[in-house]
Amino acid sequence: MIATAPREVVLRVNGVEHRGFAEPRVTLVDFLRDELGLTGTHVGCEHGVCGACTILLDGRTVRSCLMLAVQAEGHELRTVEGLAPADEPLHPIQEAFSEKHGLQCGFCTPGFLMSVEELLRDDPDPSEETIRSRLSGNICRCTGYQNIVEAVRYAAELTREAAA
Amino acid sequence: MTTTAADTWVGQRLRRKEDARLVRGAGRFTPDVVVPGALHAAVLRSPFAHAEITSLDVAPALRVEGVVAAFTGADLAGRVGTFVEAAGKEITPQLQALVDVEVKSCPLSPIAHGRTLWVGQPVAVVVARDRYAAEDGLEAIEADYEPLEAIPDPELALRDGAPVLHEELGDNVAARLAMASGDVDAAFAHAPHVLRERFTFGRSAGNAMETRSVQASWDEGRDELTVWITSPRPHLIRTNLSEMLGLPLERIRVIAPDIGGSFGTGLFGEDALIPYLAMTLRHPVRWTEDRQEALLGTRHCRDQVHDLELAYDDDGRILALRDSFLVDAGAYNLYAVTVSYNTAAHLRGQYAIDTFSIEGRNVVTTKAPVAPVRGAGRPEGVFALDRALDLIAAECGLDPADVRRRNLIPAEEMPRPMGMPYRDGAEMVYDSGDYPAQLEQALEAFGYDELRARQAEWRAAGRYVGVGISSYVEGSGFGPYDGAIVRLDQRGNLHVVTGAKPHGQGLETTLAQVCADEFGLPPERITVTSGDTSLLQFGVGTFASRSAVTAGSAVGIASQRLRDKVLAVAGELLEASPADLVIGDEGVASRDVADHSVTFAEIHSAAAPGPKSRLPAGLEPGLAVEYYFVPPTVTFASGTHVASVEVDPETGFVRVLRYLTVDDCGRMLNPTIVEGQIQGGVAHGIGTALFEGVLYDEDCQLLTGSYMDYLLPTSAEVPPIEVGHQEYLSDLNPFGIKGCGEGGAVSPPAAIANAVVDALRPLRINVNRVPLGPETLLDLIAQARALEGGERREEVAS
Repeated sequence: MIATAPREVVLRVNGVEHRGFAEPRVTLVDFLRDELGLTGTHVGCEHGVCGACTILLDGRTVRSCLMLAVQAEGHELRTVEGLAPADEPLHPIQEAFSEKHGLQCGFCTPGFLMSVEELLRDDPDPSEETIRSRLSGNICRCTGYQNIVEAVRYAAELTREAAA
Repeated sequence: MTTTAADTWVGQRLRRKEDARLVRGAGRFTPDVVVPGALHAAVLRSPFAHAEITSLDVAPALRVEGVVAAFTGADLAGRVGTFVEAAGKEITPQLQALVDVEVKSCPLSPIAHGRTLWVGQPVAVVVARDRYAAEDGLEAIEADYEPLEAIPDPELALRDGAPVLHEELGDNVAARLAMASGDVDAAFAHAPHVLRERFTFGRSAGNAMETRSVQASWDEGRDELTVWITSPRPHLIRTNLSEMLGLPLERIRVIAPDIGGSFGTGLFGEDALIPYLAMTLRHPVRWTEDRQEALLGTRHCRDQVHDLELAYDDDGRILALRDSFLVDAGAYNLYAVTVSYNTAAHLRGQYAIDTFSIEGRNVVTTKAPVAPVRGAGRPEGVFALDRALDLIAAECGLDPADVRRRNLIPAEEMPRPMGMPYRDGAEMVYDSGDYPAQLEQALEAFGYDELRARQAEWRAAGRYVGVGISSYVEGSGFGPYDGAIVRLDQRGNLHVVTGAKPHGQGLETTLAQVCADEFGLPPERITVTSGDTSLLQFGVGTFASRSAVTAGSAVGIASQRLRDKVLAVAGELLEASPADLVIGDEGVASRDVADHSVTFAEIHSAAAPGPKSRLPAGLEPGLAVEYYFVPPTVTFASGTHVASVEVDPETGFVRVLRYLTVDDCGRMLNPTIVEGQIQGGVAHGIGTALFEGVLYDEDCQLLTGSYMDYLLPTSAEVPPIEVGHQEYLSDLNPFGIKGCGEGGAVSPPAAIANAVVDALRPLRINVNRVPLGPETLLDLIAQARALEGGERREEVAS
C-alpha cells in the first residue's frame, strides 16, 4: 500500500487558478477529471501511447496520464475546455475538425486538438508529411486520419487568415 | 451548418450536429457521468489461462484502507445468472430447417467460479472509495491456482485426448454449420485444375479508443436500476440484465451516453457485475476498464483457419468451391454462429460460384472469447478467396484483374439468388449492384494499367512495387427491426428518439436529414436522441452496418406519418384539405390562400387532449409518432478495393502507397459521413493486414498486453484513401439505403496481401496468413531466396 495522505495541489488551468487535493500517486488526468471536473480530457491507454489525454503544460504537449498531479503544482495547463469558452465561437482548430469531418466518435479528439495547437504554433503552414509525422503520437480508430490531416491544413489556413 | 436550399437534405454533405459538443470536450461519455457518492470497482483477473482456483481469500482486501467490499464467483453463484447471449436463441426454426447448423450452449458467469479458462478472466472484484484504493485491495487478495493444460490452438483442441473445456459440450466444438449446393464432388472430380491452400487469419481486436465503462445506481425506494454503459445496444443490455438479475424489464433503465467507438459488439461480465454490486451494496458503483484489461480480452476477433479448395478451368473460371474452416472462439462461444455464418455467407463474395460446400466449426480454446468486430467474419473469407484467385491467376498466366473479370457475377443476373439462406432465415439474394462496372471503375480510377506498365521499370530499378485487388459484398441492415419516435413541439422543433445508438457514425445528423426531408423542416430544427431505454419501448442497436437502414427507415416513415397528422390537424383549424397545405418555418399555411395559416403552437394546442382539443375525428391526441421498421432481410452493399504497396525486402516493411475504394451503399444519406466510415474502415483493415496481432504463447499467456506490443496504425502509416461510389438503390427499404459501416475493413487484408505478393513476384512468395508483419515477410523472402538459390545450384549440378 503506497497510499499517503492527499496533498493540496494548486495550478492554473485555462487561465484560472484551481486548488484540489490529490494523493501523490494520483495521475494528472485523474486529478483534472475527478477533482476538477474537467472531463474533456480523456483516458485512453494510461501508458502514454494513444494520446487521448494530451494537454498543454506551460505551452508544450504532455501526456496527462504519465504525469502525477503533484508534479503539475504551480504550472500553467491548457485543456480542450480552454480552446474556446462555452459561449464563444469555436477555436479555429475545433472549427476545422468539424468542417472537415476530422472526428467521428470524438473520444480521441481533445488530445488531437491539443497536439494540433502545439503543431500550428511551431509551424503555421505544415506540410502533409509534417502533419502526419507530428500527429503520429495520437491514435484515432475512426477516421483513417485523412480528414484529420485535412482539418489541420484548414485550421492552419483559418489561423493564418485570422492573423493577417 | 450548411443551410443552402436543396431539393432534399438527404445526400448533402451536411456538417455534423454532434461535433459541436465533441470538439469542445463537452461530450458526455460514461466515465464523465457523475453519480454522487459512487464507489469504484476493480477486477482481479486470472494470471493463468486454464487453471483450478485452489484457494481464494478476499478477507485481506477488506482490511485495506478505503475498501468497502469484495466478492468472488462463489458469492455470485445463484444470485447472478449467466451469459448465454445469442447461443441458441438466434437460430430460428426456419434456418434450422434449411441449414445444417448446431449451436451448443456454454454459459459464462460474470466471475469465474472454481476454474479459469483465459488469462484475464475475472476472479474477484473489490469495491472501494476510489479506483486507487480498489486496486490496493486487489493486491491484498490471496489467490492460489493449479495450472491446467492450456489449449492455444483450435486444431489442438480437436485432437484426441485434448482436455474437454466444457463438459456440457461433450467435446471442444461449440457450434458448427454446413451448407452446400450443386454436385461438388463431381465438379472437383472433373475439373481440369484444383487449387488447395490453407489460409490463416490471425487474432486481432476492436480497440475502440474508449475502454468499456459501467456505472449503476439502485433506487431502493422505487426498486429501480439505472445503468450507464458504453454499449451501442442499450435495449439488449436491458434484456440481458433482466434475465441475469431477475428484474422485470420495466424496472431497468439503461443509458448509453456518448460512446468512444465500438467496432464490434459484445456482452461482458462487468455489464451485469457492476449493477449487481450496486443492488447488493445499495450504493452506486462505477467501473472503467483500463487499457491492459481491454487488451486482455475486449472484443478480440477474427482468428480463423481456412482449408480452401477451388476447382477451375484453363481460363481461370471457378467451377466449384469447398471450404472447411475453424473459428478459434476462445474460452466461451458467446455469439452462436454470428461470425462463422457471416464467413460462410460472404465467402463467395462477388463471384459466380454456384457449386459449393462450406463447413465451419467454432472451437473453444483457452484464450479470451472472440466477438463480432467490424466485418465480423467477412474479412477472413474474403482474404481466403481473393488470395486464392490471385494464385489461380498466376497458375493460368492471367492478370489478377482478368481472373476477376471472368468470375464476377454479371450485372444482368441481378437480383441474384445465392443458393443458401441468409442468417435471418430468408433466401440469400444479392438485391442490386453491378460488380463488373465497380471493378472497372476502380481500376480506371486507380490507373491500374499504367501502374502495371511502370512496374517493370521499377523492378529494373530495384523497387518492389505491387498492386492488389479485393472485393466484397456485405449483407447490411440486419433485422429484426429498429424504431423511432418523432415528436413536434410547440415551437416547431422536431425531436427524434431512436433505438439505434451511434458511436461515431453521425446518426444525429443523418437521421435529422431523413426527418427533414420527410417532415419538411430543416435539420437545424431537429434533435436526435438515442441510447436510453426509457425513451423507446423497443430497440436493437448500432452494429452490423444496420442503423442507416433500420433506424433511417423508421425515422423516415415516422416523420411522414407525423407530417400527415400535423397537416390533418392544421386542415381542421384552417378548414382546408391537408393536400392544399404546406409546412413552413412558423407553422402550416395554405398553398393558395394568402395569410391563411396556423402556428405550430396553435396546432400543438389543437392536438392536445382536453376541452381545447380540435382534433379531426378518429385521430388520437398528441403530436408524436412511433414506428418500427422491420426489414424483410438484409440488403447487399458491395465494394472493390485496389492497393499499391512498396516492399523493402531488406527490412520486410510494407509501405502502402495508394489505396482506393469504390463502394455501393445504395442511397448515401450524407456522402461525407459515408466516406469517413469507409476511410476509417480501411485504416482498420490496414492495421489488420500489417500491424495488429493479439499474440499468445503456448501457455496462452498474452504477449500483446500494451500498445507497445499491439500496434495500431497511426497517421504515419495510413495513406490517403481515395473513395469512389456507385449508387444502386436497395428496394428492401423505402429510401434505398444499404449499410456502409463495415465494408471498409473487409478487403484491405486481401488487397494488401495480393499487392505484397505482386511486388515480390520475382521472388515468387506466397502469403497465406495475416497479419503480415516484417518478421513474417522476411521469413517468406528468405525462404524464397533459399529456394531460388537451391534451384540454381540444381541447375548447375545437372
